[in-house]
Amino acid sequence: MATHTMGMPKKKSGIMDWLTTVDHKKIGVLYIFSGLFFLLVGGVEALMIRYQLIKPMNDFVSGEVFNQLITMHGTTMIFLAAMPMLIGYMNAAVPLQIGARDVAFPFLNALGFWLFFFGGLLLNLSWFMGAAPNAGWTAYAPLSTVPDALGVDFYALGLQISGFGTLMGGINFLVTILNMRAPGMKLMRMPMFTWTAFVASALIVFAFPPLTVGLFLLTFERLFGAHFFDPAAGGNIVIWEHLFWIFGHPEVYILILPAFGIFSEIIPTFARKRLFGYTTMVFATMLIGFLGFMVWVHHMFTVGLGPVANAIFAVATMAIAVPTGVKIFNWLFTLWGGKLTFPVAMLYSVAFIPSFLIGGMTGVMLSVAPADYQYHDSYFVVAHFHYVIVGGVVFGLFAGLYYWFPLMFGKKLHEGLGKIQFWLFFIGFHLTFFPQHILGLTGMPRRVFTYLPNQGWDMMNLLSTIGAAFMGVSTIILLVQLVMALTSKEYVKRDVWGDGRTLEWTLPVPTPEYNFAQTPLVKGLDTFWLEKMAGNTTVSVSEPVGDIHMPNNSILPFVMSVGLFLAGLGFILRLDYGTVGLVIAILGLATTLTAMFLRSWIDDHGYYIPKSVIEEDLRLEAEKEAK
Amino acid sequence: MAHAVEKNPVTGIPTNPEKATLEGKNKYVAFWFFLGGETTLFASLFGTYIGLLNSGAKEGLRSYDIFEMGLVFIMTMLLLTSSLTSVLAMIAMKRNDVKKMKMWLIITLALGLGFLAGEIYEFNHYYHIGHTFTSSAFGSAFYTLVGFHGAHVLFGLLWISTLLIRNWNRGINEVNAPKYYISSLYWHFIDVVWVFIFSVVYLMGMVK
Amino acid sequence: MVVKKTGKMLFRLLPIGLMALLLSGCGIPELSALQPRGEGAEIQLEIIKLSLWVMLFVLAIVTVIYVYVLMKFRRKKGDNEVPKQVEGSHTLEMIWTVIPILLLVVLAVPTIKATVELADAKEAKKNEVINVTANLYWWEFDYPDKGVTTGQELVIPVGKKVALNLTSKDVIHSFWVPVLSGKTDNNPGLENEMWLHAKEAGTYYGKCAELCGPSHALMDFKVIALEQADYDKWLEDMKAAKEAETKQLDAKNEKNWSKGEQVYAQNCLSCHGGGKVAPSLTNFGDRGNLAGYLKHDKKNLEDWIRDPQKLKQGTKMPGFNESQISDEDLSELADYLLDKKIQ
Repeated sequence: MATHTMGMPKKKSGIMDWLTTVDHKKIGVLYIFSGLFFLLVGGVEALMIRYQLIKPMNDFVSGEVFNQLITMHGTTMIFLAAMPMLIGYMNAAVPLQIGARDVAFPFLNALGFWLFFFGGLLLNLSWFMGAAPNAGWTAYAPLSTVPDALGVDFYALGLQISGFGTLMGGINFLVTILNMRAPGMKLMRMPMFTWTAFVASALIVFAFPPLTVGLFLLTFERLFGAHFFDPAAGGNIVIWEHLFWIFGHPEVYILILPAFGIFSEIIPTFARKRLFGYTTMVFATMLIGFLGFMVWVHHMFTVGLGPVANAIFAVATMAIAVPTGVKIFNWLFTLWGGKLTFPVAMLYSVAFIPSFLIGGMTGVMLSVAPADYQYHDSYFVVAHFHYVIVGGVVFGLFAGLYYWFPLMFGKKLHEGLGKIQFWLFFIGFHLTFFPQHILGLTGMPRRVFTYLPNQGWDMMNLLSTIGAAFMGVSTIILLVQLVMALTSKEYVKRDVWGDGRTLEWTLPVPTPEYNFAQTPLVKGLDTFWLEKMAGNTTVSVSEPVGDIHMPNNSILPFVMSVGLFLAGLGFILRLDYGTVGLVIAILGLATTLTAMFLRSWIDDHGYYIPKSVIEEDLRLEAEKEAK
Repeated sequence: MAHAVEKNPVTGIPTNPEKATLEGKNKYVAFWFFLGGETTLFASLFGTYIGLLNSGAKEGLRSYDIFEMGLVFIMTMLLLTSSLTSVLAMIAMKRNDVKKMKMWLIITLALGLGFLAGEIYEFNHYYHIGHTFTSSAFGSAFYTLVGFHGAHVLFGLLWISTLLIRNWNRGINEVNAPKYYISSLYWHFIDVVWVFIFSVVYLMGMVK
Repeated sequence: MVVKKTGKMLFRLLPIGLMALLLSGCGIPELSALQPRGEGAEIQLEIIKLSLWVMLFVLAIVTVIYVYVLMKFRRKKGDNEVPKQVEGSHTLEMIWTVIPILLLVVLAVPTIKATVELADAKEAKKNEVINVTANLYWWEFDYPDKGVTTGQELVIPVGKKVALNLTSKDVIHSFWVPVLSGKTDNNPGLENEMWLHAKEAGTYYGKCAELCGPSHALMDFKVIALEQADYDKWLEDMKAAKEAETKQLDAKNEKNWSKGEQVYAQNCLSCHGGGKVAPSLTNFGDRGNLAGYLKHDKKNLEDWIRDPQKLKQGTKMPGFNESQISDEDLSELADYLLDKKIQ
């Protein structure tokens, strides 16, 4: 391919660089900051929900606005905060962990990000266009198909667009992990986070299409007069529930598995001990992923599918507790005999174990179908899934942020403030959600915008709201830390935690755009640690220094996503503004198609970074190390 | 990086040009995963269709009243044959026989176009007898499933013809071979989905 | 040091605080799933307790290991020793695979048993079948064999299972009376079946448990369990009252009617008459609540008739302004309605 060698392109600067980048490290940053932004939006919505429920018959918001708040809170947190941040970490860490120079499809990677971003934007635009979606994040038909639920159009199209992006990300990581590993990086030597990213990506590929279909049906029903969910014309409302949960349950594992992976990186690092039962952990991950597809009906125990279906799915659900339990014990025994230190990343990881355990316990309790008739759609369920998703996923997101921030930015988040942030969040979390178990058992349904006094719920709701305020303050502290770190000039050294075990910590700070000057040679699980134990300061390499091929930046992913965004908006506007909407929709689709056409028509062979540049970088780095 | 690639002693290009480079291999693996996702997509559509079969359809507009074997059988034959011709095109590609490959691909396109024409005619016919997208839940489900497949066929036609035009004078190389190859994988997939549509929608639909 | 002491004291107070919370946390007897009043909720509470105990057992084991590990294996300052890199242990991993499986079997067997038991409505159907239809935002209870229809209040006999056929007229709702039984969804276009049983006479609170729109939170109803004799009498009275109402609807106006009754027959009965389009008002005066959640008094009733949207966003009930029903008529109507009792 040397015939295609071209000169290095001029570096784009500032905002254009971010809009056109195909570098997985930068895309990771884009994902994480967009995710954090949406985390804040979803957090403000959560605080408004809790403020409304602080006392009985409060009138801070109306029932309609409340329903919009809960819908957007759930949708935003799952699709626009948690999942993008996790994909952000995958971008930031996975290629580095497997010794690759980039992901398999850098262009597709950028496209995946921009689709998510514009999908999220379209969804949130609903706040400014009359009404946000109001049928819950589950959007059960026919509540979601009544014409005056205008916001649901934004839900269906926004999620559709961002879902395409997620699907691309999933395929990209599967191929990256299978094909781009450095020599010696056998499957069973891959870091645990890479493994969980792999399984989660596979779940994305198989779970998102049912959602795609569901959203199409919903869109067709709302915009083009179809009758899938209209009993009067022979439709069946249960179809949506099935499609949604066939996607929805694996989605939980798409979120939690990478979080498990993050903890499985952090705990060995700060215990200075290899992950206990690595092989079992890998198979447990796969088993959880597989079983995740077999249990969706446990979200539908009260729908009336009959005792046989309920019993089968109850038992299948219980089975998931086994591999999950194995994981908990393996983490505990990784800690056992270790030399534990507790930076904030480790605090979150250690706090995760009991918090998630409670979520898992209530999960088993919920799997008991006859008991679920009581828990279902009550605050008990709200408590359960927040224990899993906050106590599991969000703790993982924060842990990962503290752990990998130095890798991404070359600087550390303030540890002292971080400890305050952690404790406020930890206490706030339990204070918010523990009382909700009791609320559910004492009869409080979920998604109620208010409640009458004298039902025994006032105290627990008050506590819950106070807890939410703790988490709010904690998040403000996190923002302060982020600003402090990003504006600081104190760069960290290579292998910032001192006990890095995996390849990403062998890289210089900041990571060069080509990642590895020479592709490393992997000698075992935790290869960096093995080399350190053998007295080396860095890992062996598998090739001499040479020219490095790089992909060109491109604005096309951005343009394609803008096009789809406009198309989605146009279709929604068509209902109220007729032709204007239609014109926007057609223009949008045309933009996307043109960009796609350009992409396939123009050959883009990328460029090479010449050997001399790499050698200079290596020399400078060696000098820095020597100091 | 540079693995030894087995080369054809006569043509001088790799025996499997579609998998000769890492980019090619990546595309190949990625496409299989994509087809995995497509499988669950169509499975969901089939599930919806089966759940709503004849539901809400008026007397005279049920599946066994409207489906006719003749045209559907011809369409099936067209698509099955096109799958075969796309295989022949890939064999030609591996032999570095550009002319033959182009010929078989053009025949594939023609057959695909024939299928699509048949489908449009069929839909038009149903529309006129009152079986429409909005006439019943059955109608919505039917057009969504079969229409999704039809849209896939259309996309495949556009894809393969763009490839052909773009590479008309470029011969076969390590860059375009993977593209040809995965487009033919896609074409086979569409064909397999049609076999299921033929059995589940039309054959089973005939049964009263 | 002071901080540490306070911390310790807080730690000691924590269990006491938790106990207090738990005691206050059992809820009220009309509403809490923790205080069952019927066979269904009893079966459910039993299995909730069983699963809770199994889980607490697991929690206890994990807590012991967790606390031990965190106390014992902290790295001391200056300790640079590298701990032994243990790969894993087949024995241990076997243990924590097999024991959970056994625990789950303990849980799975009663789960299957209770699932079947709760789904079996054969016996209940022999006693009484009641159609429960959910609407935005009210409940219709129809006794097809008895020719009686009520709104918002389900009356059942004590000590007997009754069968419910559940459906919905618009969106999905879910029927939940925590003290009597867990929930079953009311699906539009489909019918579900469940049984209900109350051990003692009393009034129990019911909730809609599936998000159904802006007034989902206000879609409360009540279940009133009566002794068999009272129940039979109630059915008879209801039937008589309903027949009277049918005559009212046909006549629209009679000389001997009060002003309130006239306004009622002319404005309300066309929807409220059968109890199918809008909640039946046959025994309105006996109701515990107005619109499912408001205090049952004249002031609220008048406000409700004037502007129902203000009190229940999204309700299908139209408001009546002064040109439709004058202030005096409204007052008469309210008096008449509040007096419509059969008990």
